[in-house]
Amino acid sequence: MSGHSTYVPKSALGRWFESRLPIMGLIHGSFVVYPVPRNLNYFWTFGGILSFMLICQIITGIVLAMHYTPHVDYAFASVEYIMRDVNWGWVIRYTHANGASMFFIAVYLHMLRGLYYGSYKAPREVLWILGVIIYLLMMATGFMGYVLPWGQMSFWGATVITNLFSAIPLVGDAITTWLWGGYSVDNPTLNRFFSLHYLLPFMIAAVVVLHVWALHVTGQNNPAGVEVKNVERDTLPFTPYATVKDGFALLCFLIFFSWFVFYAPNYLGHADNYVEANPLVTPAHIVPEWYYLPFYAILRAIPSKLGGVMAMFGAIVVLAFLPWLDTSRVKSAAYRPLYKFFFWLFVVSCLGLGFLGAKPPEGAYVIASRLLTLYYFGFFLIIMPLLGLFETPKPVPASIADAVLAKNSAHAQAHS
Amino acid sequence: MVQPKTLILSAVLAIGLTGLTGIALAEDQHGSVPERQSWSFGGPFGTFDQAQLQRGFKVYREVCSNCHGLSKVAFRNLAEEGGPGFTEAQVKALAAEYKVKDGPNDQGEMFERAGRASDRFPSPFPNPEAARASLGAIPPDMSLLAKARSYPRGTPLFLADPILQYQEHGVDYIYALLNGYSKKDDPNWNDYFPGNKIGMPNPLADGQVDYTDGTPATVKQYAKDVSAFLMWTAEPKLEERKKTGFRVIAFLILLAGLTYLTKRKIWANVAH
Repeated sequence: MSGHSTYVPKSALGRWFESRLPIMGLIHGSFVVYPVPRNLNYFWTFGGILSFMLICQIITGIVLAMHYTPHVDYAFASVEYIMRDVNWGWVIRYTHANGASMFFIAVYLHMLRGLYYGSYKAPREVLWILGVIIYLLMMATGFMGYVLPWGQMSFWGATVITNLFSAIPLVGDAITTWLWGGYSVDNPTLNRFFSLHYLLPFMIAAVVVLHVWALHVTGQNNPAGVEVKNVERDTLPFTPYATVKDGFALLCFLIFFSWFVFYAPNYLGHADNYVEANPLVTPAHIVPEWYYLPFYAILRAIPSKLGGVMAMFGAIVVLAFLPWLDTSRVKSAAYRPLYKFFFWLFVVSCLGLGFLGAKPPEGAYVIASRLLTLYYFGFFLIIMPLLGLFETPKPVPASIADAVLAKNSAHAQAHS
Repeated sequence: MVQPKTLILSAVLAIGLTGLTGIALAEDQHGSVPERQSWSFGGPFGTFDQAQLQRGFKVYREVCSNCHGLSKVAFRNLAEEGGPGFTEAQVKALAAEYKVKDGPNDQGEMFERAGRASDRFPSPFPNPEAARASLGAIPPDMSLLAKARSYPRGTPLFLADPILQYQEHGVDYIYALLNGYSKKDDPNWNDYFPGNKIGMPNPLADGQVDYTDGTPATVKQYAKDVSAFLMWTAEPKLEERKKTGFRVIAFLILLAGLTYLTKRKIWANVAH
């Protein structure tokens, strides 16, 4: 499946180089002749968008690091210096801060795409697990990045999240002290978070290489959820077909991204983070960034601290076991009427948990959080294994080409 | 077999239920909800009103600056593009009226000198402890206040704000707060302050600041002008940002349109 390279260098120098390091052949095989299923929809463009976002975050981040000072006395002022006195500093910082949110919007759509079309199922288990690792690294990176401006939410968010480790029995307090580099969130914490925030994106890039490599071994899943049988009939070459489609989708995504950067740059942040960190004043509500809110709601839904921490991490770890929790032989939800229903209910429950994560943990909010947490885990641990046994799937097309034919003839009938 | 209609209905129901619990539980710690004002700098084409920023600066200088610092703003910013539009000469003269601590000199002594355009506004208190000792509370630095304050919009309004371009929550809050001293017998009562007990007694009174351009010298007008001024101090690149944004988005829409046409042409002859 991985594009067998048919690359023949045209120049003598090219042939000389290719016989020593066949990198042009690798690029040609991966991004030019690589066969993609011809029935992919626009939800398959988020892989390219995410690659773009990673590069965008790394480049803006490197420029920000040239002007930023990781010290409790200067961090907040250095961010304002970037906003006011560095040439185009405001656009670089707003792009980086909103870019994190855009990165998460894209990754959530990418993951839900995989969940809907069964992209985690054999033979793509390793590909999926590499994706879960990337997501975990992204969460760690985003969290540490939010601490760097050293505003009130930076400081108190860091305090709340690092305190979670103290829930570990026996060694919890020792681990927390070790993470902080002292007895509270302070200058050593800020220093190491800056160091790790610079390191982790490059680890993400490395795992992304593995993720793409695994993808090019198995080939892409597709909306029909059937494997490629005949390369000629079922697929199209990556260039020009996927390149131009990915390019168009990326431009649409950039319009959305730019709207936030230029017209609502602080909408996804929190006003309290424009107040410099003060260990003596606790904000009225400590709220993490929006992309952690569903997990924050799960954390607070459980009455015990250790239980809450385990549920929160469990909510992410459970994703890695999906390939074996889903017992259905059919991949795509298009042919799984019951799964489709439970999938959308899952999406709604995640949005609900996100909403509840931003609310104070009291009264009906807690009850709602508990119900939705129950559904979150029930979806993966009970519904997914049982559905495969009890659900009667609709007939699955014999091949991708057949699925395309069926779709086009239905389309033609509707218009005749 | 579940019908798509059932699905949509249940989804709407679930969202509706979560929304309702939100309304039922909305707490009342936040004080009254500020009213949305019309600002020249709102919306995708917003620009600052120079005369308003100059008046707002006057209010800051004569009233607010007695207690509140403006430590992130330099005098030279007042003459920069997208700001109040003072001339360089005006800024130089203004800066010279301030005393700035500098040093150490050759003898190792700290000394005071006249301010320069490149200096930032000196704060009224040397440190927060001094402010608390003299006022009983620490007045926040005003440089970022318009972005550092907000009020809860509630569900589902908060979802519409980025689309309808309402981004002036902080300014509206400051304006409402300055007009929120509703109890004559309690100068520390404010309708809009969370908890209603504010450390700052009513700072503004009609006729307190002289306006030379014929603008009414009322508390409402002072509040409006100083709020606009604080938006500028918090976001001095606002005009540049909105102008650049229009160019960037127009370019992206054009490029996306051309790419879409190319995509259609390339895909026209293959079944997909």
